[in-house]
Amino acid sequence: MIPFDYRRAEDTDGAVATVAGNPRAAFLGGGTNLVDHMKLGVAEPELLVDVTRLPLDRVDRLPGGGLRIGAAVRNSDLAADHDVRERYPVLSQALLAGASGQLRNLATTGGNLLQRTRCVYFQDVTTPCNKREPGQGCSALEGYSRYHAVLGASRHCVAVHPSDMAVALTALDAGVRVQGPDGERTVAVADLHRLPGEHPEWDTVLNHGELITAVELPELPMAARSRYRKVRDRASYAFALVSVAAALDLSGGTIRDVRIALGGVAHKPWRATLAEAALRGAPPAADEFRAAAEAELADAQPLRDNGFKVPMARNTLVSVLSELAGEELR
Amino acid sequence: MTELLRPRSMGQARERVDGAAKVTGRARYAFEQPVERPAYVHPVQATIARGRVRTMHTGDAAALDGVLTVLTPDNAPLLATGHDPELEILQSPEVAFRGQLIGAVIAETPETARQAAGLVRADYERQPHDVTLSPERDDLYRPDVVNPSLPTDTGQGDVDAALRAAEHTVAATYTTAMYHNNPMEPHATVALWDEGGLTLHDSTQGVHAMREAVAPVLGLDKERIRVIARYVGGGFGSKGTAHAHIVLAALAAKRMPGRPVKLALTRQQMFSLAGYRTPTIQRVRLAADAAGRLTAIGNDVVEQTSRIKEFAEQTGVPARTTYAAPNRRTTHRLAALDVPVPSWMRAPGECPGMFGPEVAMDELAEDCGLDPVELRVRNEPETDPDTGLPFSSRDLVGCLHEGARRFGWQRRERAPRSRIEDGWWTGTGVASSTYPVHSAPGTSATVRLGRDGSFEVLIGAVDIGTGAWTILTQIAADALGVPAEDVHLHLGDTDLPQAPVAGGSSGTTNWGTAIVEAARSFREKYGADAGPGDELIATVPANPHSDRFAMRAFGAQFAEVRVHAATGEVRVPRLLGVFAAGRIVNPRTARSQFIGGMTMGLSMALHEDSVFDERFGFVVNHDLAEYHIAACADVESIEAQWLDEHDPYVNPMGTKGIGEIGIVGTAAAIANAAYHATGVRIRDLPVTADKFLD
Repeated sequence: MIPFDYRRAEDTDGAVATVAGNPRAAFLGGGTNLVDHMKLGVAEPELLVDVTRLPLDRVDRLPGGGLRIGAAVRNSDLAADHDVRERYPVLSQALLAGASGQLRNLATTGGNLLQRTRCVYFQDVTTPCNKREPGQGCSALEGYSRYHAVLGASRHCVAVHPSDMAVALTALDAGVRVQGPDGERTVAVADLHRLPGEHPEWDTVLNHGELITAVELPELPMAARSRYRKVRDRASYAFALVSVAAALDLSGGTIRDVRIALGGVAHKPWRATLAEAALRGAPPAADEFRAAAEAELADAQPLRDNGFKVPMARNTLVSVLSELAGEELR
Repeated sequence: MTELLRPRSMGQARERVDGAAKVTGRARYAFEQPVERPAYVHPVQATIARGRVRTMHTGDAAALDGVLTVLTPDNAPLLATGHDPELEILQSPEVAFRGQLIGAVIAETPETARQAAGLVRADYERQPHDVTLSPERDDLYRPDVVNPSLPTDTGQGDVDAALRAAEHTVAATYTTAMYHNNPMEPHATVALWDEGGLTLHDSTQGVHAMREAVAPVLGLDKERIRVIARYVGGGFGSKGTAHAHIVLAALAAKRMPGRPVKLALTRQQMFSLAGYRTPTIQRVRLAADAAGRLTAIGNDVVEQTSRIKEFAEQTGVPARTTYAAPNRRTTHRLAALDVPVPSWMRAPGECPGMFGPEVAMDELAEDCGLDPVELRVRNEPETDPDTGLPFSSRDLVGCLHEGARRFGWQRRERAPRSRIEDGWWTGTGVASSTYPVHSAPGTSATVRLGRDGSFEVLIGAVDIGTGAWTILTQIAADALGVPAEDVHLHLGDTDLPQAPVAGGSSGTTNWGTAIVEAARSFREKYGADAGPGDELIATVPANPHSDRFAMRAFGAQFAEVRVHAATGEVRVPRLLGVFAAGRIVNPRTARSQFIGGMTMGLSMALHEDSVFDERFGFVVNHDLAEYHIAACADVESIEAQWLDEHDPYVNPMGTKGIGEIGIVGTAAAIANAAYHATGVRIRDLPVTADKFLD
C-alpha cells in the first residue's frame, strides 16, 4: 500500500471533476474491493474521493413504473427494499447470496457493479497478469482455474466478474446512469462490463472520472416471478461457481417471454440471449430448457480445472426454469 | 494405580475465566502489548522457489521517509548455524522455497514498513525447482522416524498373502490435500533486546519451547530470554514450534537495541512461513474373512517435506492401532521438495491417517454386506495391536453404539443412492476417531498461599483458546480443596515454572498433573499451618503406567450428507461425535473443543485445499476468501457427546486430552455419507460439487 489522500465528496459535480482531473484518483464507495486491492498493491490510487455521503442513497419509484436505485444505496438496504422484494425478487435474492452480512452493509450499488474481476493471480503482484500489467501474460490460462471463465474469454484473460447483483440486473435489463465531466449518459448494464479480448485491463466501458449515480430498473411485471440460484462450494460467503438469474412469463402453455443471465462463467454477467431466443414461444418443458441451456453453452471453452461448470450451468438453468414454470403453472 | 482426584469443581460447566476479558478487548494479544515507541518489521520474501539472491536493491526502500533500516542476507546480524535450518534466516543468499525470508524492512509505522518491503527488488540466480509430490518419484526416501519419534515402518505377518487369501479385500489409494492451520490471530511477535537480554511477546503455544528453540540460534543463554504469551488466538499446531518470523523479530530487535519492534505476519505470509500439513497419498489395503473379521491392514504413505528441514507426518500410525488384524504393514516415504517447511497441524498423523483407512472400512463393509458400525465392532482388538499392551481404557464400541442410537442409525437404508428429498440425494456415514494420550515428564508448577487465604498457582502453560485458564483453575481448586474462586492462575511466561507446549492434546495432562503434584506436596508440607507467602514448586516425574498400558482416546463420528442432484452441491445437515476421552473437566469448554475439531474436520472434508501452483512453487489461494474454511451454513446441526470413562492410569485427573480427536475421522464420515447418498465414492479430498456431476 502506498500513502494516499482521502477527500469526502461534497457534491457529484465536484467529485467527478476531481477524479477526472487526476489520472491517479479513484472514487471510494464501500471500499470492500478497492481497499483490499490497495493493501495488496494491485491498485495504487494517490487520491480517494469518498462518494458514499452524496445524496444518492435512495430507492425511488419512477413515473413509468420502474425503480431508480441510488448508487450509494448499500447492498443490505437494497436487498431489504420492499419494492425490490415484491417486484424484482431476483435482485433481492442475488444481493443476499453475495458476500457476507458485514460486506453487504458496507458495499454500495455503484461499487458492487465496479468491483474488479476475480482471479488469484490478478490479486498477487508476484505473478504475471495481463489485467494488472498488460503484456505480462495470463497465469490462469494454464494454472488454477476452478473459478474461471468458460464463455467469452480470451487468451489474455480468463477471469470472471464476481458480482451476484450484476447478474440479476443484467437479466432485468437495468440501465446504469453515469455522470462524467461532459455530462450524463445511460449505459445498459449488459453493456457496462466488457469481455477481455485484447484489453483485459478494462473491466467496463466507463471512462476515468465517470461516476455511476444510479441504476434504473424498467417496469417488468414478469420479474415478480423471478429467481436467483447461486451454486457455490461453501454454503455462504463464497463466490459463485455458476449462478442463474431468470424470469419466466408463460401464456397459454407457451413461454411468452423469458430473461436469463448467468454468473460465474465469464468476464461479465452473461446474458443468455441464445437460450432466451430458443425458449420464446416454446412449451415450458424440461427438454426445452435443457436444449436452450445447451445452445447457450455450445461455445463454452473450459480450462484445466473448470470443465464441470458446463454441466453445472446447464443443470442449474434447467432446474431454475423448471421451478419457475412449476410456480407459474401451479 | 493412581488415586484419582475427587471432583468438586471439576465436571462443572464453569464459564471461561478469560471470557469477559476477551470479549471486551481487555485481554491483550501479542501484537497489542503496549510498548514505548515501537518500530515495525515487514518481511521481504523470495519470489523464486529455488536459487540464490544475487543482488538486493534496497535503495528505494531505504530512501522512504520513516524507514529505519533494511535487513538483507548481506547485513543481517549473525546467527549460530547448525541447529534449525528453518530458523537460520538471512544467513546466506540461498533460496530453498518461494516465500522464504530474504530480508525485512524496519520502519516507524507498519504501513511504511510494508510499503518499503514492496520496494525491495531482488535479482536472482534461478535454479529449476522441484515441487511435485508423486508416488512415482524414484527419489522417495525412508525417514529415520516419523513425528514425534515413532517407527517409520511397522509390519507383522504378510499383508500381500492375506489379501490373496481373503474373502473380501479393499485396495485403493486415498489422498488428502495440503492444509494450512489458519488460526484467527496471525503469528506475531513483539521483541525488545536490551542490556537485560531479549524479551519476546509472542503468539505461541509454548513459551518455554520458543525459548529453547531460539536461544541456541541467537547464541544467547536461555536465562537471558523471556517469552510471554498470556492470550493467544488459536494455533492448531502452527504456533507449537518456532518459525522463521520469531527469529526475524529478534534480529530486528538486535539491530534496534533498546527499542521494541513489532512483527505480525499477514494472512498471505502465513501460507509460506508458519507450517502446514503435507498432502498425503495413502495406499490402503484391507482384507477380511467371510464374517468381516480383518485379516490384514496396510497403509503405505507417501508425503512431502521440505528440502531444508524434515518433518515426517505419522499418517500411517492410526492403522497400527485401531483394529485387530494378524497381518499389518505401515510405511512412510517422503519426497524432499523445494517447498515451505511442513509442521504440526491439529492431530498430525491421526487426522489424515484416519481418512484413508476409515473410507476403506466403509468400502469393506459394503463388500462384506455388513453394516459399517457392525464391521468396526467385529474388529475391536483385545489389546493394542501395535504394542501388545492392554489399553488403560478403550471404549470405541461404546461410542459407536451410543452414536448409532442417538443418530438414528437403524433407520438407514442399506443400499446407497436410496433417498432423494427435494432434489437432494441424502445419506449417512460413520467413521472412528482416535488420538493418543501424550505426556511429558518434567512439567513444574508452583502453589503459593496469599494473604487473603486464596491461592496463587503459577505455571508457564499457554491457553491458546482451549479453556486452559478455566479448567486449570478447576483442577487446582480440587487439588487444594478450595472453591475455584480462591484460585488465581498465572500462565504464559517463561518466568513461571517450566511447562511444555499446548500441543498433542497433552496440556491438561501435563499442566494439570503438575498442579495436582504441587498442591498435594503443599498440603503435605504445610498441613493446616500454612501461612501467607508459603509456597512450593513440584515437578512431575514420568507416568509409571506409560510402559504398562496403551493410552488412547476414542470416538465415533456420524454424518448426514446431502448432495444436490442437479448441481452437485454438498451440504451436511447433521454431524454427531461421541467420544470416550477420560474425565471431562468442564463440559462447556470441552464441547467447544470437540465441536471445534469436528468443524475443522468438516472444513477438511468439504473445502480446505491449499492449491499449490507447481510452476511458481507456492499456494495461490493464500487468503481466506479463496482458501475456504467451513461456514456455519455448511452444517445445520453439530453435536458432541461423551461417555463417562474412568481411567486411573493416565493422570491424577483421569483426563485423556480432547483438543485434537474431534478432527479425526470427521472427513471420512462425511465422505462415507456422501457415498451412501449418491453411490459416488470420493477417495480424494475435498468432497466438492464437481465430483458429483456428469
